[in-house]
Amino acid sequence: MAEEICAAVRTTSQSHVELSSLCKLYPDVKALYDLTLTVNRGEFFSLLGPSGCGKTTTLRLIAGLDCLSEGSIAIDGTLVSSPTYFMPPEKRGVGIVFQDYALFPHMTVFENVAFGLYGSPKAAVAKRVSELLGLVGLAAAAQKYPHEMSGGQKQRVALARALAPAPRVMLLDEPFSNLDAELRAALRSETKEILRDSGTTVILVTHDQEEAFSLSDRVGLLNCGKLEQVGTPYEIYHHPATRFVADFVGRADYLAARVEGSTVVSGLGRFALSSTERQGSADVDLLIRPDDVSIADDPSGTAVITEVRFLGAHALYTLQLDNGSVLHSQGLSAHLLPPYTRVAVTVNMRHTVVFAKQA
Amino acid sequence: MTEKTLIMQGVRDKRPSLLSSLPFFVVALTLLPVLVVASSLLTPTWSVWQHLWDTILPELLLNTAMLLLGVGIGTLLLGTALAWLVTAYEFPGKKTFEWLLVLPMAMPAYIMGFVYVAIFDFAGPVQTVLRSWGLERLVFWQIRSGFGAIMVMTLVLYPYVYLLAKAGFAEQSGSAMEAAKVLGSSKTRLFFQVVMPLARPSIVAGVSLALMEALADFATVRYFNFPTVADGILRVWHGLMDLGAASEMAGLLAIFALLLLLSEHRLRNRRAYHQVKGKNQGLPTMFLGGWRGGVAAGICSVVVFAAFGLPLTQLLVWGSRGIGQLTPGYLAVYVRLAGNSLSLAAIAAVVAVAIALLMASLTRLRGGTLSRLLTQLVTTGYALPGAVIAVGILLPLSALDRGINMLTAAWWGVTPGLIFTGSIVGLIYAYTVRFMAVAYNSVDSSLEKIPPNTILAARVLGASTLRLITQVQLPLIMPGILAGAILVFVDVMKELPITVMLRPLGYDTLAIWVWQMAAESLWTSVALPALVIVLAGLIPIKLLLSQGK
Repeated sequence: MAEEICAAVRTTSQSHVELSSLCKLYPDVKALYDLTLTVNRGEFFSLLGPSGCGKTTTLRLIAGLDCLSEGSIAIDGTLVSSPTYFMPPEKRGVGIVFQDYALFPHMTVFENVAFGLYGSPKAAVAKRVSELLGLVGLAAAAQKYPHEMSGGQKQRVALARALAPAPRVMLLDEPFSNLDAELRAALRSETKEILRDSGTTVILVTHDQEEAFSLSDRVGLLNCGKLEQVGTPYEIYHHPATRFVADFVGRADYLAARVEGSTVVSGLGRFALSSTERQGSADVDLLIRPDDVSIADDPSGTAVITEVRFLGAHALYTLQLDNGSVLHSQGLSAHLLPPYTRVAVTVNMRHTVVFAKQA
Repeated sequence: MTEKTLIMQGVRDKRPSLLSSLPFFVVALTLLPVLVVASSLLTPTWSVWQHLWDTILPELLLNTAMLLLGVGIGTLLLGTALAWLVTAYEFPGKKTFEWLLVLPMAMPAYIMGFVYVAIFDFAGPVQTVLRSWGLERLVFWQIRSGFGAIMVMTLVLYPYVYLLAKAGFAEQSGSAMEAAKVLGSSKTRLFFQVVMPLARPSIVAGVSLALMEALADFATVRYFNFPTVADGILRVWHGLMDLGAASEMAGLLAIFALLLLLSEHRLRNRRAYHQVKGKNQGLPTMFLGGWRGGVAAGICSVVVFAAFGLPLTQLLVWGSRGIGQLTPGYLAVYVRLAGNSLSLAAIAAVVAVAIALLMASLTRLRGGTLSRLLTQLVTTGYALPGAVIAVGILLPLSALDRGINMLTAAWWGVTPGLIFTGSIVGLIYAYTVRFMAVAYNSVDSSLEKIPPNTILAARVLGASTLRLITQVQLPLIMPGILAGAILVFVDVMKELPITVMLRPLGYDTLAIWVWQMAAESLWTSVALPALVIVLAGLIPIKLLLSQGK
């Protein structure tokens, strides 16, 4: 009994940041439209979407850098924003890392990190700052100024500065987008580790699905101010709720197909429907990912390779099916097939995703 | 926009009415002198105009027009040619000449003017030597003439055009030039059809700045017996003690200034060029070797010598003589003058920068068309000749003084005397109006450079408003505040028309001393104060040149 109560309490306190029916209107645009979302305690959550989709606006609303037009935001069960109530950003217990890092150019690294610890005893501040600088691997750079540092180092200072007051929620606004590819990958995993150890809830804003997938426990996909889908990276990629999601997170082809009972029939075979809601009888588009499609060199096959793109470990083939539709297939690049090879196509689907037929 | 909403909330909690009405108050005070002058122009006293027209007005108008024409052509040719020389060609000493050519800016026209008069006049060294050689027939010039005034002003003011034209050329990309070359343009065609049109907005801005200075000057033209409208205002004021007539003359001067502004606007705004920014290689330079290089260096040397080296040397010669003859009495006078100049300049600098800071931050917080309009209105003073501002302030302040004295006399039977016109209040007011643009631009551009996220980051990290201002914003804009204060300080030190008209009786400054002694041809007692002014004028040039790097 006691355990059940504890479990119940834990589930209710699971939700850490709650956004309810958020709307944000700017004089000429509606930046956010009826956004409801719950981020759990200790979770790494990403808001993913194209530029201008409202993801940064959401982040700023949570931080208290902007006022919302409708709806409410609660952190730890406490209301922080509503059209009639506004808790100032410094009271919310949030930390933020900006895309341009926004370090104070006239302060040393030490002073930057210590900025949020104002009012604590000197010794405690010094201890905390050196602890954090050690954590981000910049212990030796404490007396440097931001302009003497590289982009990656600045990003780490910004992270340390945001972590210093031990925020309950950490907000990251495209923090890796100003770095080159190799450094970006290294800093991503480093940042994830540091944040996991700190136990903070993290909300990351990004337009890069690979970044969102590799870092997050869950991802929310935003489009034009509306939340299209929330789910684990696996769900988002393999069970996209909308065509927009399917297209945004990876290459998607659609085959004309027909639902018959609990199966879907296409030119490439009959597949079991994964979800029960579409059962019945209707014309649909079947989503096919390049990694679902395998090909084999076969002079009597039903498709021709029209383009081969070499991508390193993998190769991406564009296939023209005899019935006119175009598909993509991803295969290992070690065994490369040349263009104009006739191939047999096998679709190997662990799950089916269908959308209503598009006009 | 978001920063605005955030901080506005903080503001709204406290004193909304006072803070938000402040810009309007400042704008009203700025516009007051213009409105005063305009209203006296709209209610002309025909008898005054009739008298002026019968006596000095035709000459003043003609001289003003000739001065503007001459200085306009002179600075245009000299400034643009020199800018092109150091941009497009490589020659011995070019790097040094690039900044040497800016130095004449430090030499106020009223100092350069009397040096030239002293050197080239009948009693000066040049004519004396020629006479002693029996070559007086070679004296073809009459230095105290329109020609002398135009020449001196051109030499002092060409750096405006030079600097802006150089910036205009520097913005241009070499690739546009190369494209024109590939298309088969000759060099001359290239210059007149590609380079010049692209640099035109900058050059026009430079010439109009030079012309505003020329228009406002009354001291230099007086040395050269070439009275213009600005000089006319002072003559009417000092000679007839008729403030009404002076104010109507000031209205005439304001019309000239307005025409100047309008034509500048027209010439610049008709075409706005968007130049490709980013990796800009600049225009290709051509190396001038041998005698060509020598000629280029020679031209620059002659200009630098005539516009800076010669007057400075002459001042130094007089100055050393002056030091030899320095008596304790003179020293005391100099110390008093310097004290007056420095304290006026310091007070004006602090006031102007404080108001500029307030206006700039409020405008940035509020945004919108209204704020932009208020900003433009507050900075209009730069285009107004000092004499216009002085008259426009003198009229209401003396009315105020009269009113106060009448009231106190009626109520308590005492008269406190001239509170406003008898103190430096009017002076500081006028300086602030005149030089607000200088202070505002440097404060505002430093505010502009603070990335908004920096402020937001500080907020999220828990900084109070006080800490935000003292630890983040102020340190970041300090360079801009200091630069603005220094520029105003030096401008006030050099300023003449406002100081002459609004100073309390007997309150002399270095600039006034220089002007009065020079008018009496007392060269040795002029030299030391003049040198102080020239040296002070070098400070902003140093700032300007180090900024460009």
